[in-house]
Amino acid sequence: MTAPNPAFFTALARLGDDRLVLGHRTSEWCGHAPILEEDIALANIALDLIGQANLLLQHAGAVEGAGRDQDALAFLRDAMDFRNVLLCELPRGDFAVTITRHFLHGLFSVLQWEALSRSTDDTLAGIAAKALKESKYHVRHAGEWVIRLGDGTDESRRRAQDALNLLWPYTGELFMQPADEAGLVAAGLTADVSQLEPAWRAQADGVLQRATLTPPATTWMQRGGRDGRHTEHLGHMLAEMQIVARSHPGAQW
Amino acid sequence: MVTAPATREQVMAWLDEVKDPEVPVLSVVELGVVRDAVVAADGAVTVTVTPTYSGCPAMRVIEESIAEALRLRGVAQVTVRTVFTPAWTTDWIPEAARARLEVYGIAPPGPTEPSDELVPLRRATATLRCPWCKSTATSQTSEFGSTACKALWHCSSCLQPFEAFKSI
Repeated sequence: MTAPNPAFFTALARLGDDRLVLGHRTSEWCGHAPILEEDIALANIALDLIGQANLLLQHAGAVEGAGRDQDALAFLRDAMDFRNVLLCELPRGDFAVTITRHFLHGLFSVLQWEALSRSTDDTLAGIAAKALKESKYHVRHAGEWVIRLGDGTDESRRRAQDALNLLWPYTGELFMQPADEAGLVAAGLTADVSQLEPAWRAQADGVLQRATLTPPATTWMQRGGRDGRHTEHLGHMLAEMQIVARSHPGAQW
Repeated sequence: MVTAPATREQVMAWLDEVKDPEVPVLSVVELGVVRDAVVAADGAVTVTVTPTYSGCPAMRVIEESIAEALRLRGVAQVTVRTVFTPAWTTDWIPEAARARLEVYGIAPPGPTEPSDELVPLRRATATLRCPWCKSTATSQTSEFGSTACKALWHCSSCLQPFEAFKSI
């Protein structure tokens, strides 16, 4: 294994935590989705996201070199140690919030995986190339729903627009490039997320227009998750996600 | 007892008898999960695998099945190594295996097609043949099915639902 690299560990934790937290939020729908097909779809998406997190956090643990594996990182860290964007940790909301979030984050993920598939770190490049295929699937599914809900009934349109209004101020953080990753970007290990925003906005606008939805005019963007400053929601989510692992330390099954 | 190390061809033939736990008409070699096998001078075997989907829960079972199959053939030391590049694609599944999938009741994957548009306004209407009645009057019910690798379809000729291997 190569020498421990704290900055790269943090960057990989940011990538992995986005997918772990969003994956867990998505799994909350299992057994509760509006129709059976959607229940299966959301469970599949959750599985893909948690699978991606598994690979990313495994790699993070190896890069950290402190003997922590993906389970230790997922189940034994506190909220302040998580590096996901706030967007991923917000409560699942109604179906419109869940689907709109998948669309907004999934579109970002596709662009991020495309960039990271050219990483100079072979393992990260491989994980990104694989995850790219899955995220394209997710964003297509979510995007079609956004159009169907937005351009649907009065009720579905109202809910979809409310979801967009709620989530939009959390999208800015996706493109705030952490200062501590400058060296990694220069070395080609990670990608500068601020470069992804124009393509993301163009793609998002195209779908939102077809959905007859309008992003709110606000330019104020929430931030903090990339540095470990989270909403109150993450702690509650982790309490549920981590309780079994923490109640039975070292349990094997 | 001293036995000669197995050849790579032998090992691959043995692995071709290990079935995918979720789609038991495909071997892990046909599925493309097994990328290579290397036999060391002392007979130790290293099998290189690549996951189908990042979160595929069958991967661990597949790795255990591979190790078990080789141990039963007398290979004392088996290492299963995971690689991510090149990313798994259904294009690796050979024709013979596709035919067996259809007999089993799963429509085989079509060729993967690069799409520039992430959310196409009108889905390209690639039709799949119903594995039961062979009609092409079919439509997709959901892009997600009982396992990560399958989608749900419906045939409007025989009115039966069926599963299809996703093309990725």
